[in-house]
Amino acid sequence: MAVKSKALTVLANGFLKENPTLRLLLGMCPSLAVTTLAKNGIGMGIAATVVLIGSNVVISLIRKIVPDKVRIPVFITVIAGFVTIVKMLMEAYFPDLNKQLGIFIPLIVVNCIILARAEMFASKNGPLLSALDGLGMGIGFTAALFVIGSVREILGAGTWMGITLTADLFDPATIMILPPGGFLVMGCLIALVNKLSRRKKKASIAGDPEKCAMGCPGCEKAS
Amino acid sequence: MKELFVILIGAMFIENFVLSKFLGICPFLGVSQKTSTALGMSGAVVFVMTLSSAATYLVNDLLLKPNDLEYLQTIAFILVIAALVQFVEIVLKKLVPPLYKALGIYLPLITTNCAVLGSALINVDPERNYSLLEAIFFGFSAGLGFTIALILFSGIRERLETSDIPESFKGMPIALIAASLVSVAFVGFAGLVIQ
Repeated sequence: MAVKSKALTVLANGFLKENPTLRLLLGMCPSLAVTTLAKNGIGMGIAATVVLIGSNVVISLIRKIVPDKVRIPVFITVIAGFVTIVKMLMEAYFPDLNKQLGIFIPLIVVNCIILARAEMFASKNGPLLSALDGLGMGIGFTAALFVIGSVREILGAGTWMGITLTADLFDPATIMILPPGGFLVMGCLIALVNKLSRRKKKASIAGDPEKCAMGCPGCEKAS
Repeated sequence: MKELFVILIGAMFIENFVLSKFLGICPFLGVSQKTSTALGMSGAVVFVMTLSSAATYLVNDLLLKPNDLEYLQTIAFILVIAALVQFVEIVLKKLVPPLYKALGIYLPLITTNCAVLGSALINVDPERNYSLLEAIFFGFSAGLGFTIALILFSGIRERLETSDIPESFKGMPIALIAASLVSVAFVGFAGLVIQ
């Protein structure tokens, strides 16, 4: 029971409390660059999730035999290996998506989310939990990209997942799918998340790990 | 000579790495609070990007291409860049201590700066067909573009510090919205075609 609930906490962590894009502000480059369409956001998110799970599991398995001093280069090599695998798979099976995402597929290597999870989680936990952490973080990343992509696609192109929504009601604001729109939507979304999480904090201070002094079991700060 | 000028203007303004290609956003948002730190970071980026453009181009041309190993580009480039950054750090520390003092703390951060790996990957793009000199120049110009964006933006952020901003927008959100406005200015360059 305890193991099961811990696994669930780890999985949900990446999605909600520590959403990599909107809460931790990691991996901003792809979040801004590929989200001109909702579909591209999902594609990028899934590619990053596969790399995250793979690298988290491998790093967790080798964490005891890698000397501390060279761990960062080792981690980067493992991550680069998985990125190459994902890139080759995408070239073979999703050539269109691969073309749209372009340079940002190989750039998953330097996506801070992946190295951060390797360093903060996978190098300290077992392979199963690390895989779940990768999955949770990946889903959180994908969800954030999907939301940003949806907002930009609806406002900027008048479509959503390729379906025309606005008909001829208004002219879409093209600027939303140009670079400035990316910064703008991202800024507003983070502000919204800040506002929502602050309201929640007021409602239950005990739920906020930073202010909580209760030390309840199962709470991150207690361990 | 003319080709080099086209590359310079193109990389600095028309396809500015930060504001129109979204490469190097992390340092752009992370170290732009003060103009002095922005200058230090930009200096380090220009330096490393110029060197890494040369190194990765040569690795690709002499090692990967003749052996049909181009699919290993990502792994090879990131290792070359990581090694190069370490090497630059050691050399600067020994030979040019004042420069090391100015750039030192930014150097380790550069390995995971996607602008550096990004420029290496763009350089070997077969569609661009750059020569070694052009590739080095492209890395240098893209670094200068990064510098322009970072310094413009840090000036704005210094003023944001003292402005009255709604609670939820404090910090990163307002910085992103400011970045959006700076980026609008750079969209204006998009129509520029140099012949």
